[in-house]
Amino acid sequence: MSLHVRGIVAGYGGVPVLHGVDLEAGPGELVSVLGASGSGKTTLLRVVAGLHRPDAGAVHLAGEDVTGVAPERRRVGLVPQEGALFSHLDVAGNVGFGLLPAGLARLRVDRAARSGARERVRELLELVGLTGKADRMPHQLSGGERRRVALARALAPRPSVVLLDEPFSALDAGLREQVRGDAVAALRAAGSTAVLITHDRREALSVSDRVAVLHDGRLEQTAGPRELYARPATARVAAFVGDAALLPGQAAGGRVTTALGSAAIAGAPASSRGRDGTAEVVAVLRPEGLRIAGPAGRGAPAVVEHVEFLGDAVLVTARPEQDTGNGPVVRIRTGADGQWRPGDRCRVHADGPVHVVPRT
Amino acid sequence: MLLRTDAADRAVSPTGPPEPRVPAGPSPRRRPPRVLLGLSVVVAALAALPLVWLVVRVVDADPERVLALLARDRTVVLAVNSGLLVACVAGGCLVLGLLTATLLARVRLPRPGLWWVLAALPLAVPSYLLAFAVLAVRPDARGLVPLVVVLVLACTPYVTLPAAAALRAADTGPEDAARTLGRGPVGAFCRVTLPQALPAALAGTLLAALYTLSDFGAPALLRYESFTWAVQAAYEGTIDRTGAAVTAMVLAVLTLLLVLAERVARRRWTRARATTAVQRAGPVRLGPAGTALAVTGLGSVAAITLLGPPAALVGRIVAAGGVDVDWLRLLAAARSTLLLAGGAALLAVLMALPVGVLAARYRSRTVAAVESTAYLGQGLPGVVVGLSLVFFSLTAVPWLYQTAPVLVFAYAVLFLPKALGATRSAVERVPVEAEEVSRTLGRSASATWWTVTVRQAWPGVAAGGLLVMVTAMKELPATLMLRPTGVDTLATQLWAQTSMGSYGAAAPAALALLLLACVPAALLVRAGTERPGETRGS
Repeated sequence: MSLHVRGIVAGYGGVPVLHGVDLEAGPGELVSVLGASGSGKTTLLRVVAGLHRPDAGAVHLAGEDVTGVAPERRRVGLVPQEGALFSHLDVAGNVGFGLLPAGLARLRVDRAARSGARERVRELLELVGLTGKADRMPHQLSGGERRRVALARALAPRPSVVLLDEPFSALDAGLREQVRGDAVAALRAAGSTAVLITHDRREALSVSDRVAVLHDGRLEQTAGPRELYARPATARVAAFVGDAALLPGQAAGGRVTTALGSAAIAGAPASSRGRDGTAEVVAVLRPEGLRIAGPAGRGAPAVVEHVEFLGDAVLVTARPEQDTGNGPVVRIRTGADGQWRPGDRCRVHADGPVHVVPRT
Repeated sequence: MLLRTDAADRAVSPTGPPEPRVPAGPSPRRRPPRVLLGLSVVVAALAALPLVWLVVRVVDADPERVLALLARDRTVVLAVNSGLLVACVAGGCLVLGLLTATLLARVRLPRPGLWWVLAALPLAVPSYLLAFAVLAVRPDARGLVPLVVVLVLACTPYVTLPAAAALRAADTGPEDAARTLGRGPVGAFCRVTLPQALPAALAGTLLAALYTLSDFGAPALLRYESFTWAVQAAYEGTIDRTGAAVTAMVLAVLTLLLVLAERVARRRWTRARATTAVQRAGPVRLGPAGTALAVTGLGSVAAITLLGPPAALVGRIVAAGGVDVDWLRLLAAARSTLLLAGGAALLAVLMALPVGVLAARYRSRTVAAVESTAYLGQGLPGVVVGLSLVFFSLTAVPWLYQTAPVLVFAYAVLFLPKALGATRSAVERVPVEAEEVSRTLGRSASATWWTVTVRQAWPGVAAGGLLVMVTAMKELPATLMLRPTGVDTLATQLWAQTSMGSYGAAAPAALALLLLACVPAALLVRAGTERPGETRGS
């Protein structure tokens, strides 16, 4: 099942939070919406779930326009931040909540449907690794277990799309990675289309098929994690998805000139090479794409300002000398055996072609 | 304002707004459903009815006569009496409450949990039972001094509990600083830490004053001429009830002023108390002699308040040479008490539901006004509500005068705040996210309401109903005025026999009432022990 969101404008009391957002998720795809708090990502999720009425735009689920359809008829699964389990029901009751109707209609459910529901609950508890805890009450579960029950509950009625609203953010760091791994494995095993809301770039890059970066209610870029990291569309995205030095420079003839000297532009179309005229750009220099050498080595001269030992590597902060002293610094990731000290003279160059984004 | 927003909506939505089945947004910003708002307004109007009708009655009366009644000496005497009483009780409660709070919060006592419960329990004992116990021991006790003792014992928890909580939460860093600056331990505590708890204690003192001013049973039993007793006397003693109405009006104004003062105080003082860095010191060890002294003090206050009444009652029964109980009458009284209070609980919960849900889920000025109006019963003494409903039923619905429905309605208005508070917090505790998940799992708004919200909230709502029921069982002044002819409740039976001086005969009803008082106490204790478990669970 696929999700298509087109031109969503939504807000509170006439103040728009989303200004025309598009989002797409193909069948079985896991798409992350990455954004800082206040970027409107939760509002987007609520619009998709049918919990918030958009002022404009359309939501299509499995090819059907569901913009005006009530949430209970959309077949979406929702995993809220803290799980929001039904505290009056045990684990099995929570997971089976969406499988049988409520009230009088429940009496008309035949035995086959009941045992089918029971079987489905058992299946899902197995999927999330909670077999044997079916009759626990929510308050008897750990934080990670509660997230897994919430996921199983959302998956049980086989929704067209599962929406996860920062479900792992309130967990401790170690537990978070484990629960996240289990949850993503369960989502993949169920073959569900999923939208994950997150403000954690590692989370977005590590688990998703594609990442949509949201800023101030507008989409900055939607791309696969590798492309997003290697070829961000804007300086903001570049800084948001990873550590990067953003050096202003001039692009001309397929090369860019910055404080670190001249380097080839990555992926520059052959047609642009050798063409006249320069363009103001920003070069995106990731720490692992830079090399540092002694004063006699290759590259632009620089002075080491700060050294961070990371265990498996050393992160050196250096300021290119050619600069007047108040320009941007660059960070270089180098081997753990690098013996750099603040004040050392060194030389820095980019290893391979450099990615550039337009200067704004 | 509303029109403009709609126009703005239309301007940004060229595709036209989607069908209204999709909720407009998160709940606090939604406009409440019309039915819910309408029902809540009706409830608020009902809650305001006694006060409004009293005003109507006074305005309708001959203005000269009203002025004459207001200006006569008796009003002054009553005002002085009530003022003196309130001042003495408030002062006593403040001192005793702060002392108790200090011991509870800052001193290491054996079995600390027990002392907190014992400090809270007197809230459940009606003051007239304490007064009755005093009379049972000394039949000639009357006047200010025994009354102040009784009311201080009954009202101290209003000060103790918030003050102890504030002391527990207080920052003891400044106290350490004061010690290093040359103050002794007691001096540092009194000069630095105690002031942090004073706002909470003063807000509690205002509550104690409100209780004292509205209390009818204890002043009447101990023959002290306060406003409440005067209202009741004027109602029973004269044909022209304008005097009663005017006195009740003055009383209502005074109590509402106290409620207002309490609200303002709470808002201002709690806001001022927000500090960031908080250090907490462990409780102080007093040594064996000091601990024994503290335990004796706390224990004797608790014993007088909690064990005094039953001991005095049993003593009375033994002195009378066994029980000479009119079982039939007692059973009849118990039955009507249960029926009336049960009806009151049902009505109060029904009235509290729309307002409680509205207040828990929606925020706006209208909602706040509706909620505050529904809380009016908190500030109105039972005599005032009783008298006003006598007037109302005589004029507007004469066929209901002195029937059970009017009395049940009076109870419901008086105790609606209890049901309302319970309902609101119960509904607030159901997370909105759980409701939203239920919607995405295929349940409609109404199905979600019944299978998620109601299922999770009903225990709290039911506890509120039980609290109303138990409180209504102990209610005296409104019951005296409004009860159907020939119907006795336990409280009125106790009252009738005590006023005749037959304390032995009154003892069984008093014991029954005391047992009833244990129910909210048990609830209170259970809630107190359960809360840490709840937070651990979530």
